[in-house]
Amino acid sequence: MAYVAIADQEHELHEPHSFVAKYIWSQDHKVIAIQYSITAIIMGVFGMVLSALMRLQLAFPDTFAFITPNAYYQHVTMHGMIMVIYLLTALFLGGFGNYLIPLMCGARDMVFPYMNMLSYWVYLLSVILLMASYFVPGGPTGAGWTLYPPQSILPGTPGFDWGIIMMLASLAVFIIAFTMGGLNYVTTVLQARCRGMTLMRMPLSVWGIFVATIVGLLAFPALFVSAVMIGLDRLVGTSFFMPAILSAGKNLDYQGGSPLLFQHLFWFFGHPEVYIVALPVFGIVSDLLSNHARKNIFGYRMMVWAIVAIAALSFVVWAHHMFVSGMNPYFGFFFATTTLIIAIPTAIKVYNWVLTLWRGNIRFTVPMLFAIGFIFTFTNGGLTGLFLGNVTVDLPLSDTYFVVAHFHMVMGVSPVLVLFGAIYHWFPKITGRMFNETMARWHFWLTLLGTYAVYLPMHYLGILGVPRRYYATFGTDFIPDSAQSLNVKITIAALMVAAAQSLFFINVIWSLKKGKPADPNPWQATTLEWQTPDTPPKHGNWGPKMPVVYRWAYDYSVPGHHQDFIPQNEPPSGHEATASEHGRT
Amino acid sequence: MQISTLVIALLTAVLVWTLLVRRLSAKPWIQAEAGHDIGPASQPASKVGLWVFLCVITSLFALFFTAYMMRMDPHHAAGVAWVPFDKPAILWLNTLFLILGSLAMQWAHAAELHGRIDTLKAGMAAGGFCIIAFLVGQIIAWEQVRNADFFAMTNPAVGFFYLLTAVHGLHLLGGLWVWGGATLRIWRADQVNSGSTTVELCTVYWHYLLLVWLLLFGLLLST
Repeated sequence: MAYVAIADQEHELHEPHSFVAKYIWSQDHKVIAIQYSITAIIMGVFGMVLSALMRLQLAFPDTFAFITPNAYYQHVTMHGMIMVIYLLTALFLGGFGNYLIPLMCGARDMVFPYMNMLSYWVYLLSVILLMASYFVPGGPTGAGWTLYPPQSILPGTPGFDWGIIMMLASLAVFIIAFTMGGLNYVTTVLQARCRGMTLMRMPLSVWGIFVATIVGLLAFPALFVSAVMIGLDRLVGTSFFMPAILSAGKNLDYQGGSPLLFQHLFWFFGHPEVYIVALPVFGIVSDLLSNHARKNIFGYRMMVWAIVAIAALSFVVWAHHMFVSGMNPYFGFFFATTTLIIAIPTAIKVYNWVLTLWRGNIRFTVPMLFAIGFIFTFTNGGLTGLFLGNVTVDLPLSDTYFVVAHFHMVMGVSPVLVLFGAIYHWFPKITGRMFNETMARWHFWLTLLGTYAVYLPMHYLGILGVPRRYYATFGTDFIPDSAQSLNVKITIAALMVAAAQSLFFINVIWSLKKGKPADPNPWQATTLEWQTPDTPPKHGNWGPKMPVVYRWAYDYSVPGHHQDFIPQNEPPSGHEATASEHGRT
Repeated sequence: MQISTLVIALLTAVLVWTLLVRRLSAKPWIQAEAGHDIGPASQPASKVGLWVFLCVITSLFALFFTAYMMRMDPHHAAGVAWVPFDKPAILWLNTLFLILGSLAMQWAHAAELHGRIDTLKAGMAAGGFCIIAFLVGQIIAWEQVRNADFFAMTNPAVGFFYLLTAVHGLHLLGGLWVWGGATLRIWRADQVNSGSTTVELCTVYWHYLLLVWLLLFGLLLST
């Protein structure tokens, strides 16, 4: 028996007419994607403001009275958590996942549209809970984004009373929202692909989002478990993680708990989280590079396998975040080895991106600039990861700015570059308008060069031994004055990068009103989302007729064809030279 | 032991090969024609969605169980370690209710397949009743532990008992929510709706949570 879900109904879906049904309680995946994206970007801007405050304190200590030590730690904690969870995870999976999966797979919508809508509203609730922690006594938690016990729930840490509870509640609610969305993404990819869209014809963007979602569905429960258990330690006095401890001269009731157990649980989520963000990035950047280099992606099958391999390996490397916590040397050896092994599929991807560019007909469009910027940045960040993956190198560097520089290059700047590249790439489809090219180019160069001015010197600070997480470090014997002057320069660069982001927002607002109307397929792309009958696509995406796919997503510059791309839904013609020859590169 | 591990590894390899490798070894750049293997879905999305959800719950409980065993390990505990306690006898009766609930749902599902609306109604009612009885029994067990001499929240054995039974109970409550909607619809109907999958999905979910409980109960009894 065949089952027809809303995602692959043959008949057209009727567009809702009321404002509320269309934009607020919408079940249309595209509107939900935009809701997710706007909320996540607002959170991202807030996170960026927090980082600016941190940088001000580091460069100009004792200057800003309102940045107290407590406030500094709260900024550090909220910045980390917001950027990793509420911006990057929400935007790549909730935003791009929602927008791209049904369109790229040729479905009318997600398979469970109502649950998809709920997913966004529950996500919004988690955001509200998180932000509400600014209004509870003691303010938000300042425990660091890893929330390690025992310090996270003991006096002395900002927000140890209410802030940490709000954070844990918000995370638990976020995980529920993610699960609702994730079930949709996985089931839609498995069940609602249009006719002809085999798994191996899916664009790599969908592959990245699909596999990242599976990783998320299996890894987020670890964060849920640790959040619930630490919440119980704090609220009802269990001793899951809390050892017997003396606090402010008083013996607390806790006994026998294991802080290391929390670290294992947290990082069992925490490391796959890196790939929950990175895999969609890998997929999206592959599509950007192939499209704007007018060349098929190099080694498509290898790219798919690398995504799957990275996802599998991401579950067996978590303890490299815990080398300084102490462990059996054999475990250290095991986790260092798995960490270095994960570099193999990752390097395969980087080589394949470069080889995709090799002898391509490169168009230096704005999305392409961001994609190329990503390759450089990700390679830089990845190489320093090789240093930190080794136990003996990690130990002296772990608590320094070297680590801050490493993870910001690989997990901060790299995904954000792809994020902007992707927004510029799909902006014409989402809005029906072209963006302002000049402003976008300025945005790219200021962001790229600015972030390098921030993070490259930070590696040097780390090698000097400047410790991270400290409110004020200078005036000590082991940190030279030159490090402080470098810190000032880093802060100036960081503030300039932050200011440069206003170009993006001005561009979006200006283009929405005055941008040139977009062609349905301005980048001459092959994938299905560019072949919709309407731009922007209407509710149900495909009008009366569902698409049929005849080929993979990378038929660019096929010899003998009258144009340099063949859309996935274009039937094969008699004289068509198939992509078989040039695809075997 | 080694032979069984080998057999399991072999079966896993065959499964992975069948599900993944064969599909992912296609060369999509060679042929340009409509794929005939992708048509309307052969399974309802809700069924696939449930199985994906069960994978998520499996991950959740597996992590809870792992945390349980790691916390028991004296090498991980800093200071006073785990203090085992006798589990309330009512848990055996609760287990019986859960088994009966599963059987009743299976009975309801069979009735649905054969189009017997009265049996379906009875099966659904019995399935729900047994789960409610199980949950009431769990609350009684909680009370018994709370009033016992050995009760101390700082004892992780006690903490985990409450935590794991609560998480399992919450999953059952979620199931009851879906069961409630399905039962209301069935109660008002004169004949079986053959297109609906809700009863089948509830049955799978009941069986799954029975399995989780049996593992959890075994863990609680053995420690």
